[in-house]
Amino acid sequence: MGRLKTITRRTFLIGSVAVAGGVAFGAYTVAKPHDNPLLTGLGDGEAAITPYVRIDAEGVTLITPRADLGQGAYSVQAALIAEELDVELDQIRVDPGPPSPAYWNTAFADEAAAFMAPGGGLGESLAYGAISAAIKTFGVQITGGSTTVPDGFVKLREAGAVARETLKLAAAEKSGIAITDLRTEAGRVLLPDGTELSYAELAPLAARITPPQDVPLRDPSGWRLIGKPMQRIDIVAKSTGAMKYGIDIAVEGMLHAAIVLNPAQGGALNGFDATEALKMRGVSDVVEVTGGVAVVADNTWRAFEAARKISFDWGPAAFPATMDEHWQALADSFTEELRDSRVRDDGNVEFAFAEMPGLIKAEYRAPYLAHAPLEPISAIVRVDDDRAEVWTGTQIPRFVQSNVARLAGLDTERVKVNVLVMGGSFGHRLEDEVVKRATEVALLFRGTPIKLTYSREQDMTHDFPRQIAMARMRGTVRNGQVDSYELGIAMPSVIASQMGRQSLPGTGPDSQIVAGAWDQPFAIPNHRVTGYRARELAPISSWRSVGASSNGFFYNLGLDELIHAAGADPMAERIRLCSNDEARKVLETVAEMSNWGSDAGEGRGRGVAFTRSFGVECAMVVEVAATEGGIRIEKVFVAAEVGTVIDPVNFDNLVKGGVIFGLGHAMNCEITYTDGIADQDNYHAFEGMRMYQCPEIEVRGLENGERVRGIGEPPVPPTAPALAGAIFAATGKRLREMPFNKHVDFV
Amino acid sequence: MRLTVNGQTHEVDVEPEMPLLWVLRDELGITGVKYGCGIAQCGACTVHVDGAAVRSCQLPVGELTGEVTTIEGLGQPGALHAVQQAWIEHQVAQCGYCQSGQIMAAAAFLALNPEPTDQDIDAVMSANLCRCGTYPRIRAAIKSAAATMRSA
Repeated sequence: MGRLKTITRRTFLIGSVAVAGGVAFGAYTVAKPHDNPLLTGLGDGEAAITPYVRIDAEGVTLITPRADLGQGAYSVQAALIAEELDVELDQIRVDPGPPSPAYWNTAFADEAAAFMAPGGGLGESLAYGAISAAIKTFGVQITGGSTTVPDGFVKLREAGAVARETLKLAAAEKSGIAITDLRTEAGRVLLPDGTELSYAELAPLAARITPPQDVPLRDPSGWRLIGKPMQRIDIVAKSTGAMKYGIDIAVEGMLHAAIVLNPAQGGALNGFDATEALKMRGVSDVVEVTGGVAVVADNTWRAFEAARKISFDWGPAAFPATMDEHWQALADSFTEELRDSRVRDDGNVEFAFAEMPGLIKAEYRAPYLAHAPLEPISAIVRVDDDRAEVWTGTQIPRFVQSNVARLAGLDTERVKVNVLVMGGSFGHRLEDEVVKRATEVALLFRGTPIKLTYSREQDMTHDFPRQIAMARMRGTVRNGQVDSYELGIAMPSVIASQMGRQSLPGTGPDSQIVAGAWDQPFAIPNHRVTGYRARELAPISSWRSVGASSNGFFYNLGLDELIHAAGADPMAERIRLCSNDEARKVLETVAEMSNWGSDAGEGRGRGVAFTRSFGVECAMVVEVAATEGGIRIEKVFVAAEVGTVIDPVNFDNLVKGGVIFGLGHAMNCEITYTDGIADQDNYHAFEGMRMYQCPEIEVRGLENGERVRGIGEPPVPPTAPALAGAIFAATGKRLREMPFNKHVDFV
Repeated sequence: MRLTVNGQTHEVDVEPEMPLLWVLRDELGITGVKYGCGIAQCGACTVHVDGAAVRSCQLPVGELTGEVTTIEGLGQPGALHAVQQAWIEHQVAQCGYCQSGQIMAAAAFLALNPEPTDQDIDAVMSANLCRCGTYPRIRAAIKSAAATMRSA
């Protein structure tokens, strides 16, 4: 079984384990509180390994706990393994692996720790934040927070390097040739005489060899793949219709289900009449599930159609009926009692306000937003007496497994979860309501796989949207400079809402209430950022860049208003205030890229914004033209500091996608509730950006420093404020709430 | 009811009002065509009927009058359509869920308009939604495909 040497210097070591017909390599964790998913029945003191790569008769397989939502996670992880293992990208297959607590996402823990211990700002009482509760309880096999790259950057390369050296040892043993005379290439060990031994044939032998430790990683100057354009391993399948997403999967004997949930989200089902629906062709049954009913039929469309024929008696929503009440709840939250955190408190803003006349004040708003990935959520669940199986696209397989086990009255290990390819997520698939509802139906159809597909309307109106948020800014200027800046942010706790649905405690301050604001690298003499925790309103969830998605807007907008009052330049004053080199460099880079300072022309304007989120400094300049028909977004320039760009093509695509995502929602998207019912139920009412509105986007990745960071989320927060700044520059109109189409038209 | 998809004839026993989308996906197991919105807002369900781009979620199968081509019938590895080839070269896809529809829309469009202007591309392709934001690559891929098709 596994082999583990004494661990002294590092937090993990790469080891190996024999698997059927081959060998798997992965990391041992020092504190190994969780059993390994591929090894059951380990005794006390036996080593557990988190496997990353399996080599057997089938070839090389990446075993990844990180889901691919469209961000290219599979490809980037395959590249990190392949770089050291000496296989080609197209030789690597992907296995999402079983749900297991052994797949710790350590980058997630790092993010939480930064907030909990930001240079002595917080006391002992904050030692246990909401996120750490989840980490401790479940292990964090979560894909999110742009953590795939930071989590795997060293681990995966080390796994590849150790695997390569072990395979070479196996080849040396088999051939009798010294290891120093062996080379590796394209999945083979090459002997001096030209003989080739494939990894697959060496794998069984390698499984019996103790892997060498401290295999040095290759110097970046010798990288074959990292930093070079790669062809994503899924690109052909995604260009030919061959890629099977969760919604495309069929399981033998399955029935299709549609769902109708109380449109007033979270409200009760008092009664329903399904007489007409039950008469329709192909309909097996109409059954009650939590919060609504499911129609079971032999075809998705027949289930959807029958669902329309049911009449309901619904109870009211579990949260305020009107948006006025939601906003009022936020407005009422700026109190000492609801103060959640004040990690940033430089100088003394109160003194500064008293000292300088001309206090500037403003209030900002960010609406609820649906995730609305193009693939609606779906899940197949089959429950038998002694086991259950799930097929679904999910970022939280451990929660899925646990929830199905609980609902079905099974032990967790009796539930098999198949993680499927996802047609987008943006955080949507960090929730598993669809699996729970499908399980409820499957329990009534034991032995029959039930495929529950949400209609677009059910998906959008029962999304747990991005948080609604409000901010209040106060500040003063002195001698043409920003002198004091206080920002208070009120929102309900995303983490508490999300963890609450998983029955996890949401104790301690929520870092997301101030994310993208409290830790910005600006040395403003008097600077305070306070988070206020509003009461729970509509249930909410993580939406691409989470707290920073609203707070990047608030923070930059407040800064822009102060800079304007100071008569300073939005770019120059930001650069002057920078307290770290990375921030200064990304700002200087976008200034140069956008030719900032040159005349933008009549009726045109540029805006700049900067947000550090998920450890990435990201600066953006947006250039707009005010035309007769409305605002046209013409150009966007982005610079982001990520340490190392692993795949420049994927990097470029993800950053541009983040910009378009940010611009689209800032322009025209919101979820509002009337009588507790979402007013927007499909893309006609939640449009985002269309191609005709898409600007030219120029992207530059900066690679200074040791850190390596993910780029899925960081481009989103600065997008809306940069657009607002550009509109202000072009029109003089200061937009203080999203979506902006409440106040300006876009063409 | 009989229909021809990707050159193959199929017999299906369905209601005439069932949208072509669901006949393809659930009755014939052809899943390259996607369900995104059901109301002709996203274009993920775009297929060709006698070469013309059609929103299959809006076409009752009983009203189908021509031969259907889906992304699977447009081209396969080894015999890719120029648009698919361009999509691969430009690495357009992120999640990829909309791309079947984008590719089918682009292929039908280029067949009608082999030398599109940027405005033409924007005007036609704005009917297809991409939530990941791959529009810059779609534009570039269409221009590449157009050039390839003209030189062929």
